[in-house]
Amino acid sequence: MKMKLKPVKLSAKRAVAPVGHPVVPLKERRLNFGNKWDYAPAPEDSKSYVIAPQHELFINGKFVAPASGKYFESINPATEQTLTTIAAANAEDVDKAVKSARRAYDKVWSKMPDRERGKYLYRIARIIQEKSRELAVLESMDGGKTIKESRDVDLPLVAAHFFYYAGWADKLKYAFPGKTPQPLGVAGQIIPWNFPLLMAAWKIAPALACGNTVVLKPAETTSLTAMRLAQIFQEAGLPEGVVNIVTGAGETGAALVNHPDIDKLAFTGSTEVGKRIAEAVAGTKKKLTLELGGKAANILFEDAPLDQAIEGVINGIYFNQGHVCCAGSRLFVQEGIYSTVIKKLRDRIQTLRVGNPLDKNTDIGAINSKPQLEKIRELVQSGVDEGAQLTQTACALPAKGYWYPPTFLTGVTHAHRVATEEIFGPVLSIMTFRTPEEAFERANNTPYGLSAGVWTDKGSKIFKMVSKLRAGVVWANTYNKFDPTSPFGGYKESGFGREGGLQGLSAYVRLT
Amino acid sequence: MTELLPTTRRFRTMREAVPTVDQVMVEERAASFGKRSIKTSAKLAGLKMAVSMCDLTTLEGKDTPGKVAYLCRKAIQPIDPKYNVPSCAAVCVYPNMVRYARKFLGDNSPVNIAAVATGFPSGQYPLRTKLEEVRRTVADGADEIDMVIDRCAFLAGDHAKVFDEIAATKEACGPTHLKVILETGELVTYDNVRLASEIAMQAGGDFIKTSTGKVSPAATMPVTLVMLEAIRDYFFATGIRIGMKPAGGIRTSKQALAYLVMVKETLGDDWLNPEMFRFGASTLVNDVLMQIVKNVEGNYQGADYFSLS
Repeated sequence: MKMKLKPVKLSAKRAVAPVGHPVVPLKERRLNFGNKWDYAPAPEDSKSYVIAPQHELFINGKFVAPASGKYFESINPATEQTLTTIAAANAEDVDKAVKSARRAYDKVWSKMPDRERGKYLYRIARIIQEKSRELAVLESMDGGKTIKESRDVDLPLVAAHFFYYAGWADKLKYAFPGKTPQPLGVAGQIIPWNFPLLMAAWKIAPALACGNTVVLKPAETTSLTAMRLAQIFQEAGLPEGVVNIVTGAGETGAALVNHPDIDKLAFTGSTEVGKRIAEAVAGTKKKLTLELGGKAANILFEDAPLDQAIEGVINGIYFNQGHVCCAGSRLFVQEGIYSTVIKKLRDRIQTLRVGNPLDKNTDIGAINSKPQLEKIRELVQSGVDEGAQLTQTACALPAKGYWYPPTFLTGVTHAHRVATEEIFGPVLSIMTFRTPEEAFERANNTPYGLSAGVWTDKGSKIFKMVSKLRAGVVWANTYNKFDPTSPFGGYKESGFGREGGLQGLSAYVRLT
Repeated sequence: MTELLPTTRRFRTMREAVPTVDQVMVEERAASFGKRSIKTSAKLAGLKMAVSMCDLTTLEGKDTPGKVAYLCRKAIQPIDPKYNVPSCAAVCVYPNMVRYARKFLGDNSPVNIAAVATGFPSGQYPLRTKLEEVRRTVADGADEIDMVIDRCAFLAGDHAKVFDEIAATKEACGPTHLKVILETGELVTYDNVRLASEIAMQAGGDFIKTSTGKVSPAATMPVTLVMLEAIRDYFFATGIRIGMKPAGGIRTSKQALAYLVMVKETLGDDWLNPEMFRFGASTLVNDVLMQIVKNVEGNYQGADYFSLS
């Protein structure tokens, strides 16, 4: 008997009707992300770690009270409860810190054999690894970021940066063949609140590896882990004054920027403040690197691996509540797949869990501060007022604390404020394009140039886009990948200088 | 060759219509489900759900009616009723064992009989004998047929033949539920898995299933994710909900919970039931039961407190 086979059809119709599964009408075809199987709370233990009620300045290897006697409160943005009080350093304290760093540079650190400096950095890296759970919990309590992220991203990277630059300490001559690298002296470093410990590591590790000493100023909302790091420096036996930490707000930073005995300034933060620092430093001997804002384009081509691209878009904008300078905050979608992408994004954000940062299942934590929350609200409102359509998840937000649900805006054009201004929150602005040429023109149509993402299955298209995009980092078929070996930094108003990798060393050496 | 060409041309358009899969990102996403922390009440509910989704399996040359009797009893009552654990979804056996399974389970059993057919596990047999096998297995009392696709045809590029065989098998099944085993360990790439899923769904499979359990690697999280995403897109395109069965290599409660998290966050509540999701496993059940008892009693019991199947 010869089998007669059914003819092959490529239509969406099935060859044989399904058994027992009714065909759901078009209008009712939606995924039901309900509460059939709810996850129980899974909080990380935070009670084992004691936070001192008051934190002093870290100058010359000791914790000292500020000259002004003034302290300010540091709160947990998820509960609005006061965690501790932090010393406010004034110009007098900053001067003490710089003098201590100068003394340490002249007498100890610049004279020490290279490999000995490396030993200290290795020791610091190991202690960070040992204490990483505690540091992750503190980071999440102080800044609002999820424990999942501080545990799995921030802390491993912090240790990795110290390990990586420890390795360079006695190999600097090989980093700059034919040249003699010399340290610069005292480095003033000002870091932001979005990745408090990680930014401290990015700044401190290369500076120390190259033989400089440091005065670090953390952001005023996130000083806690920097002070814990100071204790780790003590534990590691780091010579007094090699790293000094002065806490405080803008005035403390200004005192550091304007101090005459600083050789090198490194700043990560907003473009607005970065411009003021550049003005203040102009005409002085101070070397400067700036890592500033961004408004990165994530570009989705029709031939992209779509479901994975959606994950990249989600990670790009909602990672760390969108408090990421390289966040993929503008999504450019090729017109042919626009409706599919919107539909998939709408489904995907429903499964993002917003809430207690210390719960291990939380995907999106608290907004870092009240002013930041207000800024996000104001910008999103401007988008709506200017005619963009708003999509947000329906998730319930906690009553206390600062929260913003995962949000995206469609119908956005370059003329909208939400397409040009950095929102620094979980808000994605979506636009469309037709051709690769149009994609990079639109992506480049911003004063920023920190990062970009390209999603396509075609390798040649990736290379073409990478060569045309004016951005310091371009990720292809992935997003937000960081590694200490890879340089990071901006084009245009996203700053200058590179951090990380071999390139990160050159900001901290004088080549002769 | 003259016959192949037009078919190849037709399916080239299908290859292009099926989305590609990026290996790095799909593996990263799949790993993220394993990071969910499932505790206390959620853990107990998830573990019981996992038992209810198990196709308790024995697929050995040495299987006998006696072994199948053990399996059937275990599937009906996995543990002391005081723990309130549901029955398994099905037993999964070779065709020759179906009539014994029917005898031990009776006609009104809550546990279905699934039988592997179509020249399991290789599928390297003539279609005529495959279909005859399916008809006889159905006649012997199988509720579900787990077929294997023709990987020879798939890898040689004759996707139309794969489609036709599935459609013919479905026809031979009649109202009996059809699961289509892709044997993803032999398809190797995620792009192949995605395309094979698409062919299986369009050709009439009620479920798509990763593996026979005879090839390593068997089920993995990323492969299952690719298949779940294919099911989701197929649902949006046609309104038909296709079921999913990862099989082979799932041995621990922790793994099972990670799969359930993946289903919940990819397809939602409508797939979180034994009608739409199954585990193909032989040793998983006792590990899950051990965790359930630990959750209830507060401490672990030795392996001898859990019945063999």
